[in-house]
Amino acid sequence: MISAATARRNAPLWVRLLLPKDAPLYQRNDAVMGWLMAFPALLVLTVFLVIPFLMAFVISFTNQRLISPNPAEWVGLRNFERLLTIRPFTLEPERDESGAFVYDDDGSLSYPRLRNFTRNNPDYPDLDGLREFTSWQAGENRTVILAADVVFLRALINTLIFAAVIAPLQGGLALLLALLLNQALPFINVFRSIYFAPVVVSMVVVALLWRFIYDGNNGLLNTILGMITFGSFQPVDWLGNPYTAMPAMIAMSAWQAVGFHMVIWLAGLQTIPVSLYEAAGLDGAGAWQKFRYVTWPGLRNTAVLVLIVITIQAMGLFIQVDVMTRGGPLDTTQSVVYQAVQRGYGKQDMAEGAAISVILFVIVFTIAMVQRYLTRERN
Amino acid sequence: MKTMSLETRQNLIIGLRYALLILISAIFIFPIVFMVVSSLKPDIQLLRDSGSLRAFLPVGDISLNNYADAFERVPMVQFAFNSIFTTAVSVGASLWLNSMAAFSFAFLKWRGKAIVLSLIIATFIVPFEVVAIPMLLIANNLPWIGPNGIEIGWLNSYHVQIIPFIADSLGIFLFYQYFRDLPDELVEAARIDGASIFQIYARIIMPIAGPILATVAILKFLTMWNAYLWPLMTIRSEELRPIMVGLQYFFQLNTAWGEIMAYLSVVTIPVLIFYLALQRAFIESIATSGIKG
Repeated sequence: MISAATARRNAPLWVRLLLPKDAPLYQRNDAVMGWLMAFPALLVLTVFLVIPFLMAFVISFTNQRLISPNPAEWVGLRNFERLLTIRPFTLEPERDESGAFVYDDDGSLSYPRLRNFTRNNPDYPDLDGLREFTSWQAGENRTVILAADVVFLRALINTLIFAAVIAPLQGGLALLLALLLNQALPFINVFRSIYFAPVVVSMVVVALLWRFIYDGNNGLLNTILGMITFGSFQPVDWLGNPYTAMPAMIAMSAWQAVGFHMVIWLAGLQTIPVSLYEAAGLDGAGAWQKFRYVTWPGLRNTAVLVLIVITIQAMGLFIQVDVMTRGGPLDTTQSVVYQAVQRGYGKQDMAEGAAISVILFVIVFTIAMVQRYLTRERN
Repeated sequence: MKTMSLETRQNLIIGLRYALLILISAIFIFPIVFMVVSSLKPDIQLLRDSGSLRAFLPVGDISLNNYADAFERVPMVQFAFNSIFTTAVSVGASLWLNSMAAFSFAFLKWRGKAIVLSLIIATFIVPFEVVAIPMLLIANNLPWIGPNGIEIGWLNSYHVQIIPFIADSLGIFLFYQYFRDLPDELVEAARIDGASIFQIYARIIMPIAGPILATVAILKFLTMWNAYLWPLMTIRSEELRPIMVGLQYFFQLNTAWGEIMAYLSVVTIPVLIFYLALQRAFIESIATSGIKG
């Protein structure tokens, strides 16, 4: 009679590798089959998820291109510096010999030209190559925000705004719909199915369809607004106007996906026991009080989940931009993923595309950690 | 007027609720109705009608001409075939690979299983958009055995549209969750009867996995049918282009509205019919995918 430990020690290498330490030797068949059955899926996940993910980090520190005769070289943080460098810079008004301000013809202060500082000025090496992102007046000085990559910075800010607006908007509307549907009335499921229908329609289709709805000349939205206001509404080219393009995109995206989150809210609502509402009713609670003190506390984790899921999806904003605006007008609808594709695929600059992907991941990861923290078990 | 009885008041509230429900339905339905109705109208009428409620009514000069013209302008049948082919193969393969891996995680003991499983769950957090760019580099350098022997580079092919998607961590996890909740006796009894591990998987477990098979199939169907970013970057030739990329390309030809509406209807109506037939399964599957975190 030999012990299990001895038997294990005498077993071939593959058995020792695959079999759990505490498992008896006769289960080696399980261990082998276990590995074999999981292997194909694990291989695909490794090659097309794990390796690309790790590669994104590696490539972002090189000058890798999609196709290049030269091997890639390490460039350190250069890609990130090019994308993210931001410098505030204060311009003082020009003065004449006596020290008085110089005014131009229409009476406003005159400032030195920015390019004097950002183009090969040996006194300002850290401003070299930067361009103006935005500026404002502070007293007689003008503060300018300079950025190395104005378009990417705009894309980053747009995407964050898109996410920050659409999360409460879409999550809130979805909750209203869920509350409206959360009652045992005849045909309620018909309405649920209707509200959910846009979710199964491709975003490419939805975006193209809404291009027509938003059209400045014959668009349906202008027609309807004109009808409601008896013709006093002035038609707007919704996607061509820098002020309305992003809001229009947000509204359309919410229209497409609100049914999805409505269903998640409904699932959350169903976990709240009816007895709680009955008890509240006996205590004389009205509809609002029932919502405030019974429904809302019961939905806490659902609320965090819904907001986080919408935010993370919103960070991936791409199809709407590609199909509807290509980033315009005046870069007001540029997005992070659109820029990653423009550079990584369009210009075949893998390194820059990968650096943008890494920045995107850091943002998404942070959001997910916030969710972890908010829904942690409290004890 | 006397105060209303409680019953009348309740009926009134229910009536208002339905009115609101119907009004909201209009917001979700009107763009889809507009799309289908417009696809039946000649362009001149379409533009004229968009100034009135006639935009939502199939009136006037109704015909299928736009469909005929759209099919003539681009190889839409080829695009549709490409999408159906890549979708069908990916759905089939992903059901197989994901369920097999999940079976291994749920019922078999092997070393490292716990770590691998937690790694799989950890990958949920990585959006496709993050890996898309490096994946392009990988796909460009992978070998493939073609008719001319070994070739380097997967770009512009069917397999580059299919193979990266035949396994996914959400699919494995959904199967795993379902298998884990099955009674252990099912497997133990079969073992005592002398069934092999693969037989237990194929003959005992898979036949009772219907609901989760439907969920994973629906999710994969939607991602593959709606695939856009990946084929946009990897597919150059028209003969391999899937239907959503073909749609964007079609749009860029500065085509007439009516024809675009016809194309939109062709790619959307089958999915909507499919959805209406299996509403419950669709809604539940998609809801499950949202709760993964």
